[in-house]
Amino acid sequence: MSEIRLTINGHERGFAGVNPHTRLLDFLRDQGLTGAKEGCAEGECGACAVLVARPDGDDRTRWTSVNACLPPAVAFDGQEVVTAEGLGTAPGPRGPGQLHPVQREMATRGGSQCGYCTPGFVCAMAAEYYRPERTPSDDTHGEKSGTEVQGEEHSAAHECGPNGFDLHSLSGNLCRCTGYRPIRDAAYALGEPEETDLLRRRQEQPAPKPSYTRIDTATTRFVRPATLDELFNHLDEAPDVRLVAGATDLGVEVNIRHVRPPLVLAVDRLDELRTLNVSDDHIEIGAALSLSEVERGLAGRVPLLDQLFPQFASRLIRNAATFGGNLGTGSPIGDSAPVLLALDTSVVLASKGKEREVPLAEYYTGYRESVRRPDEIIRALRIPLPLANHAAFYKIAKRRFDDISSVAVAIAIQIDDAASITSARIGLGGVAATPIRAREVEETLIGQPWTRETAVNAAAVMAQQGTPIDDMRASSRYRSAMLEQSLLKFWAQEQPAQAQEVSR
Amino acid sequence: MKSLAERPENPVVGVSVAHEHAADHATGTALYTDDLIVRHQNVLHAWPLQAPHAHARVTSLDVAPALEVPGVVRVLTAEDVPGVNDAGIKHDEPLFPSEVMFYGHAVCWVLGESLEAARLGAEAIEVQYEPLPSLITVREAIAADSFQGRQPTVSRGDVEIGLANGTHRFSGEFEFGGQEHFYLETHASLAYVDEGGQVFVQCSTQHPTETQEIVAHVLGLDNHDVTVQCLRMGGGFGGKEMQPHGFAAIAALGATLTGRPVRLRLTRNQDITLSGKRHPYLAEWDVAFDDDGRLQALRATVTSDGGWSLDLSEPVMQRTLCHIDNAYWIPHVEVNGRIVKTNKTSQTAFRGFGGPQGMLVTEDILGRCAPLLGLDPTELRARNLYVSGQSTPYGQPVRHAERLAEIWNQVHQRADVRERRRDIEEFNATHTDTRRALAVTPVKFGISFNLTAFNQAGALVHVYKDGSVLINHGGTEMGQGLHTKMRQVAATALGVPLETVRLAPTRTDKVPNTSATAASSGADLNGGAVKNACEQIRDRLAEVAARKFNIHPDDVRFVDGKVTGIGFHDRDMPFAELVHDAYFQRISLWAAGYYRTEGLHWDADRMQGEPFKYFSYGASVSEVEVDGFTGAYRMLRTDIVHDVGDSLSPLIDIGQIEGGFVQGAGWLTLEELRWDDSDGPSRGRLTTQAASTYKLPSFSEMPEEFNVHLFEKATESGVVYGSKAVGEPPLMLAFSVREALRQAAAAFGPEGHSVELASPATPEAVFWAVQDARRALADDGAKRPLASGRGRSDDGASQPPASRRDRAASSATGVSAGEAASTEATSAEARSTSAAEDSPDATAATAR
Repeated sequence: MSEIRLTINGHERGFAGVNPHTRLLDFLRDQGLTGAKEGCAEGECGACAVLVARPDGDDRTRWTSVNACLPPAVAFDGQEVVTAEGLGTAPGPRGPGQLHPVQREMATRGGSQCGYCTPGFVCAMAAEYYRPERTPSDDTHGEKSGTEVQGEEHSAAHECGPNGFDLHSLSGNLCRCTGYRPIRDAAYALGEPEETDLLRRRQEQPAPKPSYTRIDTATTRFVRPATLDELFNHLDEAPDVRLVAGATDLGVEVNIRHVRPPLVLAVDRLDELRTLNVSDDHIEIGAALSLSEVERGLAGRVPLLDQLFPQFASRLIRNAATFGGNLGTGSPIGDSAPVLLALDTSVVLASKGKEREVPLAEYYTGYRESVRRPDEIIRALRIPLPLANHAAFYKIAKRRFDDISSVAVAIAIQIDDAASITSARIGLGGVAATPIRAREVEETLIGQPWTRETAVNAAAVMAQQGTPIDDMRASSRYRSAMLEQSLLKFWAQEQPAQAQEVSR
Repeated sequence: MKSLAERPENPVVGVSVAHEHAADHATGTALYTDDLIVRHQNVLHAWPLQAPHAHARVTSLDVAPALEVPGVVRVLTAEDVPGVNDAGIKHDEPLFPSEVMFYGHAVCWVLGESLEAARLGAEAIEVQYEPLPSLITVREAIAADSFQGRQPTVSRGDVEIGLANGTHRFSGEFEFGGQEHFYLETHASLAYVDEGGQVFVQCSTQHPTETQEIVAHVLGLDNHDVTVQCLRMGGGFGGKEMQPHGFAAIAALGATLTGRPVRLRLTRNQDITLSGKRHPYLAEWDVAFDDDGRLQALRATVTSDGGWSLDLSEPVMQRTLCHIDNAYWIPHVEVNGRIVKTNKTSQTAFRGFGGPQGMLVTEDILGRCAPLLGLDPTELRARNLYVSGQSTPYGQPVRHAERLAEIWNQVHQRADVRERRRDIEEFNATHTDTRRALAVTPVKFGISFNLTAFNQAGALVHVYKDGSVLINHGGTEMGQGLHTKMRQVAATALGVPLETVRLAPTRTDKVPNTSATAASSGADLNGGAVKNACEQIRDRLAEVAARKFNIHPDDVRFVDGKVTGIGFHDRDMPFAELVHDAYFQRISLWAAGYYRTEGLHWDADRMQGEPFKYFSYGASVSEVEVDGFTGAYRMLRTDIVHDVGDSLSPLIDIGQIEGGFVQGAGWLTLEELRWDDSDGPSRGRLTTQAASTYKLPSFSEMPEEFNVHLFEKATESGVVYGSKAVGEPPLMLAFSVREALRQAAAAFGPEGHSVELASPATPEAVFWAVQDARRALADDGAKRPLASGRGRSDDGASQPPASRRDRAASSATGVSAGEAASTEATSAEARSTSAAEDSPDATAATAR
């Protein structure tokens, strides 16, 4: 079988001979839908963004914005995709046109200059426009009062419009021309979708089911197994089998490094990898849930993860990327590992008929190496409950939105009624060949009163952790300094009445 | 309406309208060069073979293995070039090099049935290189005496006397980074031999004429054999002024050799590693102030890193020297410019064209010296602003200098500076780990190409029998709204509604011999030409109308699509009807327009003259907040007052100002080009060659409150409808961000602490500046007579990494005597001076 079927802008048809490595972006452009553009080919600029109909529970659909430059087109077999062309039409020789509200606001407010990034912005903005939870607030802060903004921890104000528009939904879209102000104005001017809006109504119906796609060419295969067992059967069929969910990492390798794995197995629709259960003593998170799905599903249950999410890449990436992928690829600068280490997370490794649980702290054995055997997959994560009562995540990067960390620090400590530290877990990224726990620092903290002196002492130990390197993102000195500073900052922020960020 | 600046009744210029293709942008239907390939059959795709050496000789090149790869059609090499193997205008840029001059230099190009095939083909080619010694940093090149091009000097007065007479004298160095254009659309060309036998090249180019000329000389054809069309660009910013030519030539060469359309579109990595950028600079300076903080003299040597070939480095350097004064009167000046040749991409035009670099040097000097002079930096800047009657170091009177003071005062009021300074002081007094600061900086920017000959333009305007209008002009659209403005100019000149004017894509067979759409000049030059063409037609139509109305042609008026006469209240006729009548009277309804800027002269040898038609002015106030733990910062608020003359199109102009500002802020804060200057195998490789490592401003860098005000009653005589250029000048408004960061870092230190800030001022750079300030405060508290050094050596860490050397912060020797002993990087830069010790203020600062 080599045909896939897609519904593009409401029209369903089959496509034969699609190469398993052809990206969704190139596939769409080959159909003449050239609105989506390639700006960076690594999911950083969003010029390629499109909308995909994703499940929102069992009986609803959510228009989800994703980068089209990363995933293969065959991964969308059976799915519905909407591009900027499908949202609305411009006036011209073919008619008077009908702009989508998002397009109208962007066009009339100066939201486009060169226009190259605009179709991607429009799609990302449309996803936020249709987000069911988006509700207008009476809160008008942030619109005209930069000086009221108090600092990083109080920064949400201007990043959410009076119409409930979350500016972070555009964190994966870059514009080189406008300086963004008119785009923000366009976003914040959006109203509610009309009752008759077809895309809104589509959200009230179930999402398309996965197709169990199987594409074979002479050199490469793409398979979406229907069951976990089927997945295990494929695992040893080729030397370099790659599992793919959102393809946000593999896509970069395909584009930039010209990697062409002989067999790609899509796992993102397997039910066993999409669990999200909260029990008395732990939370289980399926490895193939998108980060956005986890974020919505947990609904604030794990505050430390809520600190992580807005800093983890961009909304476009989080709509596709998974914890399984972020841990599986094993990058020492992945942002989830430090947080998950601080949460004392275990990795559930599944093989045919078996499961075992490995503490994340013991999972990595070297640079992008782990205890996972070739016949195993990461099925889920387990976060033990209760959570520590004091926690913070610090991501040090050049840019606040959508950057790769130079250093990432997650701290979770339990402080008892006597203000004494009873447990401490600190996860670090960007300072060693793997994500690491700062064990020495933890030991320095445990049993001590939570005082400035304790924090300063621990910070000094913290500065010695890992073996940070000099690279294009930061110097090793800065990395070490940031380890130290993160503990000092944590302490400062824990002081409620301290002369910090208090409204005047 | 004989004056270029005068506006008729109900002009269409001055009205806020959206970009003419905004709806097409938003619906994804606006076409860019690479979108056209689906409209062609049998397109071939090009992929380069990039050399993994900074400098090497190609000793053998075996393309045969590539031809074995299924789908590979041809490999283009130097032997295929029928004309001149050169991609530039200086004949120092071989299109197919035998000597690799920078890491990633394209040695040859593979054409394939698919991009994948071409890519596999390139990977199959066997090349042998003989590595050669390379120069990566500016300092290496200076040490090796590796210079290229002219070394101009701009001077006035007697700088030695000026320096000697100044009561406060400082000297220092400042090395700062370049900038990648990062237009969202990478370089793209699609070439084919068209149905008329011409070579037709669709190209994302700011300079279609020069692209045409280079394609012709590579192919050995005449210019009339080649037509270049630029539909629109997904951003240019100067990066598509010179750089597209070679890529267009490759595509055209492939098309003529294979008879098939050839598409060449660079990936982001290819674009960043192959194409030129804003020049990084090293500046060494001596400056003197009087007791009131008035600049007395500036002596400087500014060295730009031109990369491997000359490209536009010479005119860029000219503009640097012509802008080192920014908005300040300096009686005695002597500034030398020179360009080093290194094994890097050939640096090129980038919004501001060397002007920003010159201005940055002086703003950095003022920011560093203000605390040493005991002056508030804003006050220091205000005292030195040009006033009427003064002239620039190159001898051009600063016309409308009074606007600087007016703008300065307006922006203070609009930004509520006085009250906010109090708020900031209070905030800083009540916060231990966070500091805010606000800075005000001015901009003065000269408008016109320095090279006088480029200041000309052409247009072609057709009026059809139904009264609809089609315009062509030599300028290109890269998002700046030029086409929108040109439609407004035409509608105004013809007195017709905007909707009746259509603009056709820019192509060299419509308007020949055009200048680049660059130097902010697009609207001035092409607007002049479009207006001229429209007025020729309008004058002919006026004769027809005059006969009909029985009045003098001078008394005919064209307003809102109707034609009437002075004082007529009851008689008019539709424009379309008049046009129809004119056709039957055999009156020509089309015209070629032409414009040349009057009143320019420039002596490039003496660096004297009046190269600019006028100056653009502006000022900005920025407030930032710095986190003392990390050096991360937020841009809280920016207020701008900027002079665009009488705006042709306010929505467009505000967009240019905001966008320029944020792009400038990117250059000065986030955007960091890091080259491997180690001796390892990837020496010369750009390590920030992707969006994941080269960070553009995103939403998080937009000022949270952002107010832009267009300076009012600003008619610029002698320019189309009284307007001024807007493309480049706003970029430099971002100096206020950098200076605010400097002041916020200083606020962690003692009074009078002079902050040195690396550029770009990344969070890391700001963190080190904060640490320096804190250390100075601690030292102050300990009453130690001399600062023992700076953070870089003090906190027990290792030496600064080698890779940081070419962008390390400079040091002003007036700042800290302890400097010289501090670290390798800074001691290499420190120079001794005696004058600083003569200044009581400087001595005090030294003894902090």
